[in-house]
Amino acid sequence: MSAVVAEHDDHHDHHDHGPAKGLLRWIITTNHKDIGTLYLLFALAMFFVGGAMAMVIRAELFEPGMQFVNPQFFNSMTTMHALVMVFGAVMPAFVGLANWMIPMMIGAPDMALPRMNNMSFWMLVAGVLLLASTLFMEGGAPASGWTLYPPLVLQTGKALPFAIFSVHLLGISSIMGAINIIATIFNMRAPGMTLMKMPMFVWTWLITAFLLIAIMPVFAGAVTMLLTDRFFDTSFFDAAGGGDPVLYQHIFWFFGHPEVYVMILPTFGVASTIIPVFARKPLFGYSSMVYATAAIAFLSFIVWAHHMFTVGMPIAGELYFMYATMLIAIPTGVKVFNWTATMWKGSMTFETPMLFSIAFVVLFTMGGFTGLMMSVAPVDFQYHDTYFIVAHFHYTLVPASVFILMAAGYFWLPKWTGHMYDERIGRLHFWLSVISVNVLFFPQHFLGLAGMPRRIPDYAVQFADWNMISSIGGFIFGVSQLLFLYIVIDTIKGGTGEKVTAEVWEEAAKHSLEWTLPSPPPYHSFTTPPTVIPTEHI
Amino acid sequence: MKKTKQLFAGLILMAFGLGTAQAEYTLNLMKGVTKVSNDIYDLHMLILWVCVFIGIGVFGTMFYSIYHHRKSKGHQAAQFHENTTVEIIWTIIPTLILIGMAIPATKAMVELDDVQESEMSIKVTGHQWKWEYEYLDNGLHFFSSLDEASNKVRQVGSGIDPRSVPHYLLNVDKPLVIPTKKKIRFVFTAADVIHSWWVPDLGWKKDTIPGFINESWTSVDEPGTYRGQCTELCGKDHAFMPIVVIAMNEPDYNAWVEKQKAAIAAEAGSASKQWATEELVAKGKTVYEANCSSCHMADGAGLAGTFPAIKASPVVIGDINAQVKLMLNGKGMMPAFGKMLSAVDFAAVVTYTRNGLGNSVGDSIQPSAIQTLQSATPAADKNE
Repeated sequence: MSAVVAEHDDHHDHHDHGPAKGLLRWIITTNHKDIGTLYLLFALAMFFVGGAMAMVIRAELFEPGMQFVNPQFFNSMTTMHALVMVFGAVMPAFVGLANWMIPMMIGAPDMALPRMNNMSFWMLVAGVLLLASTLFMEGGAPASGWTLYPPLVLQTGKALPFAIFSVHLLGISSIMGAINIIATIFNMRAPGMTLMKMPMFVWTWLITAFLLIAIMPVFAGAVTMLLTDRFFDTSFFDAAGGGDPVLYQHIFWFFGHPEVYVMILPTFGVASTIIPVFARKPLFGYSSMVYATAAIAFLSFIVWAHHMFTVGMPIAGELYFMYATMLIAIPTGVKVFNWTATMWKGSMTFETPMLFSIAFVVLFTMGGFTGLMMSVAPVDFQYHDTYFIVAHFHYTLVPASVFILMAAGYFWLPKWTGHMYDERIGRLHFWLSVISVNVLFFPQHFLGLAGMPRRIPDYAVQFADWNMISSIGGFIFGVSQLLFLYIVIDTIKGGTGEKVTAEVWEEAAKHSLEWTLPSPPPYHSFTTPPTVIPTEHI
Repeated sequence: MKKTKQLFAGLILMAFGLGTAQAEYTLNLMKGVTKVSNDIYDLHMLILWVCVFIGIGVFGTMFYSIYHHRKSKGHQAAQFHENTTVEIIWTIIPTLILIGMAIPATKAMVELDDVQESEMSIKVTGHQWKWEYEYLDNGLHFFSSLDEASNKVRQVGSGIDPRSVPHYLLNVDKPLVIPTKKKIRFVFTAADVIHSWWVPDLGWKKDTIPGFINESWTSVDEPGTYRGQCTELCGKDHAFMPIVVIAMNEPDYNAWVEKQKAAIAAEAGSASKQWATEELVAKGKTVYEANCSSCHMADGAGLAGTFPAIKASPVVIGDINAQVKLMLNGKGMMPAFGKMLSAVDFAAVVTYTRNGLGNSVGDSIQPSAIQTLQSATPAADKNE
């Protein structure tokens, strides 16, 4: 369906201030596309760094017995894998998409606060580098899991203050990014672009940005209390001084639960953008999608202790958090039903972005099902902290968030570069990924149910078979992602060699404004506001 | 009907996995050996089936649409984009299903929470990386660590096949023994970091939290051996502190209790005799390997930045009484060994560290001296 034109489309706008020359362009840039590109490339690099750590984990777990790493380093790997993937890969990737797409989708020339935009990117880089540097410190990188629970985390060696300062930097970076997104959406929409005409991706990011502003200071506060407990003799989390280790868990998950939705809400937005284009139908239930997103965001603040069913809460607490958690299934169900209804009686084609999006709907729903299962508190007394949980959240993150990031890459790369990617390699990448990701994570359900705890470097022999299969899936999945790297580089360098139209995908301009701009778009997106607002998505 | 359901569940799970069934591993949650664990299993199956049926409906619709409503088949896109009736229906039906799930879940939760009218109590304390059990009714008290065979195999690059060890990583030196058909209350706490005590056959896990007490209960009908593990990340040897519970008939259990009491009496006797330095060093080596080597390393070299070396340590080559005091009460991450080790083991390991592992101070301490200190100083909280 990729509509391709042969003639050269000269889009250069002579009134534009072009980018600075050379390397300096990327350091001092305040342009939303340059910063978006920086975010996306940084996220891709961190995806491979975090992925390499996952490969170490799966290699050690390939067979029972300790073959490659010592247990302390293994724990550092699980901790750093999570931190790098969450704060270095998935979140920055969505911020990159927001930077690129939001101004183009709402008919703006750039983000509202361009200099802060630059600062928030470079603080992210500083934060992640600081985090990575802890790997080389005396005592090793943090090894207490990404949740950093005390008292265990206080046993970290020299790395602890560095990891905490890194969290501060990442938090400030996220908050600045969120403020910028909110300011842009509220102030820079084209005339006629009312809130209820905004593309779903813009809506989901608006809600996500509010989540970020609400939760990042909470996390910063929690880790600062860890810092003072360790170095300044406070006892926030130490019972011997009148504190409570479980208090940290409450604070952490008040941040942590909305945090996982920070990674999934923009995912919903991209899926709601891609599926209608390839189904050639308007999104089913636009307004219910908006309300469902808001409902999920609200619920995310009042369900945190379902991560802590086994800490010994009073029964009233257990029951409340169980009921509240079950409620999430309702708006989430609405979303899944809406995507299905969008496909229903459409005229579907299955280019790579659509393939990844369909896989997202199916596999995310599987993660949702296991989420529903573990919302039931008494049953969670069995599931908690086992591989069943590992399988659950990886289903909601890898074949969900990561797949949708891939879909977004394929969907918008032609727009960003003006070149078409190689559809054959894209599909190969999809099929390898979707098969291997299930070989990787599906057996982990069995392992968890059979009794294998998470975060262990070695296991009893009855878990050996499924671990080996899971590792094989992991290695294939890891290697397959190199195809994506190849496609990105290849497309930037010219792709299939065909010039794409402004619209790229058939009638995409009916859905959203970015498709009315040339491919690649001018350096400043809309220097004069667009007059016609697309409404096909509503 | 129930049998058929379970058969189908098994078949579906098998279809996702391999075609060949092996007795070694299981695919589904185990039913366990208590009423609570059975109720939890039934709840698990109920929700699993709810999810399977919803999944079949949603994915079935989606794949029907993917097959029939495609452009290559010439299907024209309809242009509907909302339908209030449908949207209300697919909000209300899930709500009703959730209510249907919440009712049995609440019942199970209430049952699980009720520790009243228990017939005996056991206190479980999590340590890095072993479990401490204290029978609050008869005073029995001991530590339970990973068994020696597993411990050898699990060292990095040991090269020994884990399959050669029975119950690899799921076996301990001293299992917890409980009587059957009695409601047993467990109270949980921890000495250092948070751990979590989980035996899947009992149906639940509970976090053990330093400074706080948690409760749970069980009642096992059939004698048997039930195995589990720590399930809250508690540091580097988190994977190596398993739990073994042996449920015995009342008479067998009582006999076991008497045997333990006799063993404690014998132990106390050997503490009062005079030990030669060589005897203490020889015994101390095994005590060191079981209790100290996971942090201070088998050769006493420690781990830079986290665990100090024993070799040439100012504490170990300094005043013997200062070393004994530190080991009795603990310091920072160093656990208080005053309660954990018997007087003989304690004296032996002190003597061993001063005369082995590259040190040669030459002095020793007698178990009887340790015994006096142990009874004089109540085990102090190491955090103070």
